[in-house]
This record gives sequence, structure tokens and C-alpha cells, in this order.
Amino acid sequence: MAEITQIADLMREGRAVPHHRPWPRAVVTPDAWNTAVGLLGVPGWSLLGLWGDSAEVHMALRGEQSGEIGVLSLDCPGGHFPSVARTHPPALHLEAAVRDLFGLQAIGTPEPRPWLDHGRWGLSHPLGLTQAPSETRTYEFLPVEGESLHEIAVGPVHAGIIEPGHFRFTANGETVVRLEERLGYVHKGIEGLMAGSDIGRAAQLAGRVSGDSTVAYAIAFARAVEAALEIEAPQRGIWLRALMAELERLANHFGDIGAICNDAAFALMHAHCGVLRERVLRAADLCFGHRLMRDAVVPGGVSTELSSEGISALSALLGEIRRRFPALVELYDNTASLQDRTVGTGVLKSDLARQYACGGYVGRASGRAFDTRRTPGYPPYDMLHFDVPVLDAGDVNARVWIRIREVEQSLSLVEQIVDRLPSGDIRVGVAASIGATREGAAVVESFRGDILVWLRLGGHGRIERCHLRDPSWFQWPLLEAAVEGNIVADFPLCNKSFNCSYSGHDL
Amino acid sequence: MRKIIFETLLHGPLTEAAPAADAAALAEFGAALERVARRRFGRSLAIREVDAGSCNGCELEIHALNNAFYDIDRFGLRFVASPRHADVLLVTGPVTKNMREALERTYLATPDPKWVVAVGDCAVDGGSFAGSYACVGGVSAVVPVDLHIRGCPPRPLDLIKGLLALVEER
Repeated sequence: MAEITQIADLMREGRAVPHHRPWPRAVVTPDAWNTAVGLLGVPGWSLLGLWGDSAEVHMALRGEQSGEIGVLSLDCPGGHFPSVARTHPPALHLEAAVRDLFGLQAIGTPEPRPWLDHGRWGLSHPLGLTQAPSETRTYEFLPVEGESLHEIAVGPVHAGIIEPGHFRFTANGETVVRLEERLGYVHKGIEGLMAGSDIGRAAQLAGRVSGDSTVAYAIAFARAVEAALEIEAPQRGIWLRALMAELERLANHFGDIGAICNDAAFALMHAHCGVLRERVLRAADLCFGHRLMRDAVVPGGVSTELSSEGISALSALLGEIRRRFPALVELYDNTASLQDRTVGTGVLKSDLARQYACGGYVGRASGRAFDTRRTPGYPPYDMLHFDVPVLDAGDVNARVWIRIREVEQSLSLVEQIVDRLPSGDIRVGVAASIGATREGAAVVESFRGDILVWLRLGGHGRIERCHLRDPSWFQWPLLEAAVEGNIVADFPLCNKSFNCSYSGHDL
Repeated sequence: MRKIIFETLLHGPLTEAAPAADAAALAEFGAALERVARRRFGRSLAIREVDAGSCNGCELEIHALNNAFYDIDRFGLRFVASPRHADVLLVTGPVTKNMREALERTYLATPDPKWVVAVGDCAVDGGSFAGSYACVGGVSAVVPVDLHIRGCPPRPLDLIKGLLALVEER
């Protein structure tokens, strides 16, 4: 085997799949698969996704330097494949999900426990070939040994207005020795519902994977469809998508900044950030007819034209935020009691962020300068000016500051988009029937990080397989690491600063 | 901090400055809701939110009820941390099979008299997720539901309207 230094070298090891866009996909041998797994342990390579299919498994890799992306596929005639997590832990739960959904076993995986399958579906391997009823098994949490340890079990129903999940803390006094997360409670079977759906229905489902990122998911899905069909949305549609995406980012970042401070019992920031968030949602409502802009992005473009009152609402919104936000930033920065809670709390080390190829504010607060709007990049961001803020501290404070800086960038982006919005159509038609199998993929930057969507369209124009990978897959495990050694009372603060999606992860 | 607090005091509450249509309706519904809740319960209404598989969109709008524009606390509506303190369960999502037991147990942990409000289109019948192997499909398939509030997600004002309808009908 020749030396492998880039994605193209890996692709040459396999049989290229011609109808896959925009990145290459190759069906490889177990040897080449293992070579790729080995590369993941080397700095410079990262895992972008790992998902099952009827009798094969796919893995998306990214070269960190070049930004190139490629998809490797391995046939699994025996119903198994060589484990990725054996040497690359970020794949652990992705592999478990492949097993739960498709019945494909990762040979050598260190995680024998089910993940999404809680034994309550009445069948096992719902997307695979064998669907015998699954049995309810007791979920064994990792054992703990040592003196003066106690366990705190939290969830799935939490104390606030939060999504469900279970957290098992092992604590020594006030100090968290270990946090173990158990997720899967909100598994809705979205990828199962996708299979056989027409493109319109599938787009709706994609927009309901994680409600806070409905725009980003809809864009990612639309871009994957457009890649597969080799069509392009009209310029105005593309710019309106970016406008929606930045409004969504603003709303979520305001919500998060306030909520993090609230978890440090600093309600004033929460109240004022809540006002800014509400103003963004009202402006979005005026612009596009829905506060969260749900179903506004569709394959082929956008479904809603920007209303005329929307444009003035946006300029009023920008003015209001620019008047109010700097004082709030100053307040955050100058309140010692608040800083005391956020600085040095929940530190995520940069080598872990790199290993997990962790995106969004979590990665960028721990030194990982990765933003899919930049690399691989997608329009219209190549025509817009913006910075990707990066910090190294990796604590709660750094994750707050990344959001603050990103708010500033998004304000500028909204302004640029409104100023330079191209005229013309907002949508092109998407063919109902395409005559041949096509595959497409896309990565899109949600407020939380990079969303990967991969799909295969049958000749009849329906979805055969669609996989949607939330950024939370690579962030949830790092929350476990960041919390270690902190006090139990700081967990809400750490958790909120990550703000991982339960629904996006559980799918 | 003092500057911001003083400024806020000088500017007055945002609830009055909010867009006219919404603000008028909100004040009307809110005040009516407060009167009825006091008559029925002799006190404020305690709400426990349960996400039974939502996409988290409904949670965002339920959260918004607490912001300065809607501020449902002023009507005597408040969110509580435990079902044992609750009069109302506000349930979202198509009820995933993995959440079914947790929802049942939360319902059983809520003392009588209690009401269940199913929030969002998927809480009605599974919505977009109806027919999935992983979803029960609708809150009423698991616990008795007193009221459905539709929407994907419902707007904050629709949520307040719904809660008003609940206490008036009981």
C-alpha cells in the first residue's frame, strides 16, 4: 500500500462510487478500512461521521490541513466490520448506534452496551435486515471503586425545561469523580421515517431533528439533495438561507449566554439576553412568517420570500442589539462573582477537542479553529466577510466569549446580507423522478457546530437512506471529560456552556 | 450592573412596549387566566414541563414564556422543578417509546387534582413522527390529556391562550 497523506490516496485504495457528490466515496477492503482507522489516531485526520446502511458501513474522514473530505464504505457481508472505536474513541457511540439500528457489529469495540436501543421498540435493528423483538436488558453503568464515593442519578426527566437524558455522577464529597451520560431517550426513528419518503417530506423531518437548529438542518439537507441532483439554488435563495442561519445563530447564542449566567445565579444577564433573543425571534417572524423559521429552507432554495416589513425589522433589530449588547458584555466581563464561576470551570483540553474533531463553540473555545462556513465552505459565505473567533482556555468562560464574538460576527453578516441581497428567484424546482441512484452529502455550520447530512436518492426520487449527524455526537463525550474534577454544583454551568442537543443526537 | 438596573427601571417594563396586537391580547388572556386560576386553585398554577421526545422546538417557546415580554409569572403561572409540586404537566413530543415509562412515572408522581396539556403537533398524534417504530404517537396514548395546544411549535401567546382554556373548562 502506498503512503497515504491525503484523502485522494485513501480513495485510490478502493473502488470509486461515481454518483456521489460533492466529495469522493470509495468502497474499500477491510485492510484499507483499517488503514483509515489507523490514520484517525494521527494528528491531521479527523472523523466526520460513521453510519450504517443495509449491508455496509460508511465513514467520513477529513484531512485537517487540506480540509478535504472523503467517504469510505465497507461491505459487511458477515454483518460485522472492524471497530473504529477500538483505537479511536470518538467513534464509540456512533458504532453502538450502527449496531442498534442496523445490527452490524463492530468487531473489537470496547462498548458492548446498547446505546439508542433501550429494549422498548418491540423490535431490534429497525433499519437492518433482522428485526426480531429486542429484549429489555438492564443497562450496567460503569463500575466505580474507591472510598467515600457516592452516586447521584439524574434524569431522564430533569428539573428545568430541558430535554431528557440520564446523568450518573460519581462524587467524592462535592467533587465529580466521573460523569457517565446515558442518552437515547428521545430517539424518534427519524432515519427510519426518512427511508422511502419523498424529498419534501424528508426535508420536513430534517428540520425537526433538533428544533433549535431547524434552519441549519434544513440547509444541510437541502444542500445534500442539491449536490446529489447536481442542481443549485438561485443566488437570492442562497443568501436568504444565510440570513436565516445567522438569525438562528444570534437567537441561540443570546439564549445560551443568558442561560449560562443564570446557572451561575446571575439572573440579570438572563433577563436581558432573553429580551434580545425574543427580539430576534420576532424579527424572524416578521421576515419569514415563523419565529424559528421552520420549513422556510427547502431543497432548491427557500419557500418564503423576505417580507418588505422584514427588512426594516432587521435594521431595527441590528440597531437595538448594537445599543444593548455591549453593556451586557461589559457586565459579564466586570462582574467578579460571575467570573468566579465561569473562569477555570469545566476545562476541555485542546488535545481532546482535536481528537474528537469537536466543532462549534466547544471546539473553538479549546483551540480548534474549525468552521464549515470557512472550510470546506459553502455559498454565500465565500462572498461575505467574517472572522472565526478561537480561544485556547477551554473553560466555561471561553465558551461564553466565543458566543459573544460570534454574535458580533453574525450581526455583521446579517448587515452584509441585507445590504447586498441579490434579486431574482428564490427557488428552483427539484425533479420528482431522476432515473438513477444519486448520492449527496453536505456539512453546514449550525450555531452548535458542524452538521453532516448524507443521503442516497433512488431513481424514483425517494430517499433510500439519509443520515444526519449532529455536532453533539462529538461534544457529549467531551462534557464527561470537562466535568471531571469540578464540583457537582458547577455541572449545570458546564452543561449549559456545551448546550449539546439531545434530540439531534438521539435522532 | 447598577447602570443597567437603573436604565431598566427608567425605561419601564418591556411588556408595555411590546407590539400592540400581541400586548393587548396577552394582557387580556393573562389577566383572565390569573382570575380563573385563583378561583379554581385558590393560588397560582404550578406547571411541570415534560419533554417526551420533542425536537426541542416546543421547549424554546415554553422557555420564552418566562422572558420579559410574556413574563407569565405575573399571572401566577410558574414552572416547578418537581412533578410533586405541580398542578399541570405540560408534555411535548410524540412520546418516544424510550420516554414512555418516564412520562407515566412523572404523571403518577403528580398529586391530584392534576391536568395534562399536550403541547405541539407531535404531542397530538405523533405529528411528523407518527408511524415510527420508536414513537408511541401522541401523549393521550400514554396519559389522559385534558387539552391539546397545536403548533410546530405553538407561539408563546398560543400557549397562554391554551392554559387559559384549560382552567376555564375545568
